[in-house]
Amino acid sequence: MARPTKEERKISIMTKALELFSKEGFYQTTMPSIAEKIGMSVGNLYNYFTSKEMLAKDLILYIANILGEHIRAINESDRTTQEKIEAIVHMYFKIAKDRPETIEYFLRVYLSNREVFQNCCSGMICVSAFVTEMMIFFEEGVRCGELRDQDFFSAFGLFMGYLGGMVFINGENILSKPLEEYEHTIAENIYYALKTR
Amino acid sequence: MNTPSPKISTMPSKPVKLRVIWLQGITCNGNTHSFLNDPSLGSLLECIEFIHHPLLPCSKTLKEVVKKLPKSDILIFEGAYRADFERAEIRMESLLMSLALRTKHIISLGSCASFGGIFKESASEHISGILFDKESESGPLHSLRKKVITLSGCPIHPKWISFVIDMIVQGKKISLDEYRRPKELYGYLVHNGCLRNEYFEWKVDSDHFGTKEGCLYYAQGCQGPFTHGSCNKILWNGVSSKTRSGTPCVGCTEPSFPRTELFTTKTYMSIPAEMPLGVPKRSYLALAGAAKSFHIKRLEGKLIDDNS
Ligand code: SF4
Ligand code: SF4
Repeated sequence: MARPTKEERKISIMTKALELFSKEGFYQTTMPSIAEKIGMSVGNLYNYFTSKEMLAKDLILYIANILGEHIRAINESDRTTQEKIEAIVHMYFKIAKDRPETIEYFLRVYLSNREVFQNCCSGMICVSAFVTEMMIFFEEGVRCGELRDQDFFSAFGLFMGYLGGMVFINGENILSKPLEEYEHTIAENIYYALKTR
Repeated sequence: MNTPSPKISTMPSKPVKLRVIWLQGITCNGNTHSFLNDPSLGSLLECIEFIHHPLLPCSKTLKEVVKKLPKSDILIFEGAYRADFERAEIRMESLLMSLALRTKHIISLGSCASFGGIFKESASEHISGILFDKESESGPLHSLRKKVITLSGCPIHPKWISFVIDMIVQGKKISLDEYRRPKELYGYLVHNGCLRNEYFEWKVDSDHFGTKEGCLYYAQGCQGPFTHGSCNKILWNGVSSKTRSGTPCVGCTEPSFPRTELFTTKTYMSIPAEMPLGVPKRSYLALAGAAKSFHIKRLEGKLIDDNS
């Protein structure tokens, strides 16, 4: 079997680190605890990531890229805007279910510890792959007349805040039904809130 | 041995002047006025002579031109075209075609002559340019397209016309773009050479006319990034341009001119409806988003602080 490349090793480290960060939080997770979980020496871990902050930054880039690629595929598909909303909600909840650590990291580490990311990820730089696709989704929705023209962030906040909130409540075990059963009504609510009047 | 002194062959011969007819369609005279502003007009007039010009001294009145239909080297057409518009009691469709057939080069001068321009707005279905009707090449001189050089602009910069006349006088080849505009003049975008490029790069906008600082793309409808023209290379009056002085480019050289709401940027969910020419939306948004994440203090302040 071929030896994994450095890039592949990095991704497998990130996957494990993601679990730890999203469970323990940013400050509780240390480079030694990550190294231990992977079964490598701390020294070797530093060969891949020069600091915990750099690892945390690469993780957010990695997640934003995953989300961005999914939304790009939806944007480029032959769907109406309403169908695209359904597809984005479905994709987001599916990732939250299959790989909960991804969304957890986004909500509980990235958004909750802005001071960590301030230097290396100012503004939207590290989540640009994701935000850019959302911009394209909204721009095209308005251009074709399905969505109401308004400030981008008002619409973005409504859409992503809603999804993030639902995943958060779900994580707290408050919901009475499985998350995916809410998909349709949530997509409908988003569509009705944003559509042209 | 006495060699016969060469007489005639070494005498400086008087250069032959190119014969020019300047014909007007439906016009505001803007290009004529712009032409009169050219500081090198004097030397230009040493190379050309006007058989007819509506304002400058010339050898024939329009009535005489209509009667004799003289041959010319250059026919300059200023203003929009309408078949039944009359000059000297002749319908434009016959006057323009007769003169066009008897000339070597035709200059379509200004945006009205080129694409229909402002005047087309009044009766869109009847008015066009001489070769183009907006983007479509369906004007009356279609069969003579090879003779036509388009100089669009509202008005044209005087240097653009003297450049073309000079090239014709020297017998040089002028390479043209898809609308038959000289690439030397229209290969650039107005955005090229604008003093506000750094503000555009870092997404620092200006909300007001006439400020020294800020780019006019997001808040004021500047069309510089998708308008062809050398306004920021060959400056107006030799000193400035619209965008340099703080007013947005309104895209006067393009077939789409005039648009409506010239001083606001059309956006869809805060995203400009029109991207810089040739730049994919995805790439532009990714770069713009990154640039907006930084705050460059130097670009946020006044260039000249009156209070310091
Ligand atoms: S003001 Fe217009 S031409 Fe100048 S940099 Fe901004 S967009 Fe470009
Ligand atoms: S800056 Fe724009 S509107 Fe002004 S003359 Fe140049 S092309 Fe025309």
